[in-house]
Amino acid sequence: MLLVAFLVCGALTVGLVACGGSDDSDGGPVELSWFIFNEPSGVLPKIAEKCSDSANGEYTIKFEYLPSDADQQREQLVRRLGAEDDSIDIMGMDVIWTGEFANAGWVEEWTGADEQAATKGVFPSVAETARFEDKLWAAPIWSNTQLLWYRKDRIPKPPKTWNEMFEQAEKLGEDNLIEVQANRYEGLVVWFNAMVESAGTSIVQADDAGEVALDQAQTEKALGLMVELANGPYADSAQSTSTEDTARLAFEDGSASFMLNYPFVYPSAKDNAPEVFKQLGVAPYPRVDADRPAAPPLGGINLGVSSYSKHQEEAFDAIKCLIQPQNQIEIAKAGGLPPVQEGLYDEKQIDDVYPGFAQLIRQAIDNAAPRPVTPAYQDLSLAIQRTIHPLDSIADDEAAIQQKVEELRDNVQTALNVEGLL
Amino acid sequence: MEAASVPKKKTSDRTKSEHKLAWMLCAPAVIAMLLVTAYPILYAFVLSLQRVDLRFPDEGGFVGLGNYVDVLTSSLWWQDVANTLGLTVVSVSIEFVLGMGIALLMHRAIFGRGTIRTSVLIPYGIVTVVAAFSWQFAFQPDTGFVNQLPFVADDMDWFGERFSAFAVITMAEVWKTTPFIALLLLAGLTTIDDGLYEAARVDGANAIQRFYRITLPLMKPAILVALLFRTLDAFRVFDSIFIMTRGSVDTESVSILGYNQLISRLNLGLGSAVSVLIFIAVLGIAFLFVKGFGTAVPGREED
Repeated sequence: MLLVAFLVCGALTVGLVACGGSDDSDGGPVELSWFIFNEPSGVLPKIAEKCSDSANGEYTIKFEYLPSDADQQREQLVRRLGAEDDSIDIMGMDVIWTGEFANAGWVEEWTGADEQAATKGVFPSVAETARFEDKLWAAPIWSNTQLLWYRKDRIPKPPKTWNEMFEQAEKLGEDNLIEVQANRYEGLVVWFNAMVESAGTSIVQADDAGEVALDQAQTEKALGLMVELANGPYADSAQSTSTEDTARLAFEDGSASFMLNYPFVYPSAKDNAPEVFKQLGVAPYPRVDADRPAAPPLGGINLGVSSYSKHQEEAFDAIKCLIQPQNQIEIAKAGGLPPVQEGLYDEKQIDDVYPGFAQLIRQAIDNAAPRPVTPAYQDLSLAIQRTIHPLDSIADDEAAIQQKVEELRDNVQTALNVEGLL
Repeated sequence: MEAASVPKKKTSDRTKSEHKLAWMLCAPAVIAMLLVTAYPILYAFVLSLQRVDLRFPDEGGFVGLGNYVDVLTSSLWWQDVANTLGLTVVSVSIEFVLGMGIALLMHRAIFGRGTIRTSVLIPYGIVTVVAAFSWQFAFQPDTGFVNQLPFVADDMDWFGERFSAFAVITMAEVWKTTPFIALLLLAGLTTIDDGLYEAARVDGANAIQRFYRITLPLMKPAILVALLFRTLDAFRVFDSIFIMTRGSVDTESVSILGYNQLISRLNLGLGSAVSVLIFIAVLGIAFLFVKGFGTAVPGREED
């Protein structure tokens, strides 16, 4: 057969460019590779299949799974991109990679009608994570944010501010832990960014992402609360190695009464700790100042098209299908990941996923402050982690915190200049 | 080159052609070595003299020794050098003492020699990353078993503080590589002629004297190899620290520092400078060992 095909082909196509085999030009569907972490609910292959089916033979989507750890996802992707690997078509990008990927020329810009399609109805805060230098580089597919989870049986009225929470925890005496993410990893920067934004300042200046902001008084207030928590009687003894998952475990075993965490803890408590689940309360992210709304953390995934992809047109089409509202609802239903389109929070299906707190999530994403979008984000993050970890090593007094903030500003500026060791 | 310094000896045609054959037989290996070791080392050196950052493809250029100045003037580099040296000295010393003990035991074992030698090797056969995860899980405050043991505080956060984190990392390293040292030392022990011990015994030497006067001196080459290999290995420690603390609470080693610059930050210039400095440090350690142990270096006996 092959031999015949070869002979016929050879005889008929002298002077023609393509013959047989390759999927580029013979009309068969293009196979797109989607690099993303293996989302545990398995909903992504389902929506990918749906999109492939409705693409009229334009493309099919193949999965290449990245590790579940966000740092390692990035490391594997950038290693391939640095080597100009053309086997990547679609990339599941963490919200903090935009500046780096765009500046390095690894990801294609979204323009015109594509840009419209990618941002229509999307929370402004979420769309901002996909922009760099006023251009759009990726299409948000799901978002994420943190809420305050607490024990209804121990806390009659959830705290509005961090200070209120400390007072309530102190009064509790036992099983009064406040669970956060304070290991030396990105989660600590997520928390820090939320705190400084809630205090009314930012890590970098609004009009120039190459210059540090971190207003002295406001940063002292934000960092002061983090240090107060770390040194307080309500701090987990393992706080300096805490992550989303250790926080969840401490809450599920009952030793914690408060926890700042993503909505995945809701279905987890339901399955793993039914007794705790009965007492699980949820409230907005605590404020730094009583009169200023908090700026909760913002996570999530944006989909980008690799600049080295040989099938960019098909990749854009596939992404436009994947981010359809119906698919966002599917992802929320199966994986618990919050949609990026604000209008979807009026749907009953979303209300069922987050019973009674869908509007809290909507509000949180709306108020959320994205982490800085800069090509030097990795440096910035490492510098912050190095400077403030472990939090309990910073003395809970004004002079120490003032000095730490000054050090922080120096280190962040050095990182933004991409100088020095980190 | 050598012909100039060595007094001319008459070499027969046969020797010449044998030399030629030897070179030809070696050539493939030499070329492969040059390709896989010399080329990357040279390339790293070239990179270390430039500003190269994958995230900023438009910026770059020759910066001379700028990257080295950045590294050597950073307190972080010296902190990490101190961490690495400390970990190296402590872990290799413990490994050497334990390894020597195990080697002596294995040498004197009367029954089950094969089984003992094989079972001692098990920790060494486990992939370092896997071993590091096991140690990390064991010392996890919530879920590990160590905090359940008597005399250990239930809420001890091993990786939350520098000293205890280093203690766990050191234990993991010692547990994993003592068998390697023990085996190398055992190989050295078996080469010692039993007649020497008997003669010493006849002369009235006790066990301690026999150990210090016969065993140790005769094992010098084996000890050198064992310590040299382990020291070089320990100086490049990466896996255990990466898994257990990722370098937090001041437990970072120089390899982790290099990894951060190269893999996390994609700052190839700065990262290559760190790598080249590590390479130089490793050369220095090897040099010190060889000097310190004098003629005992294997392969130099015929000098």
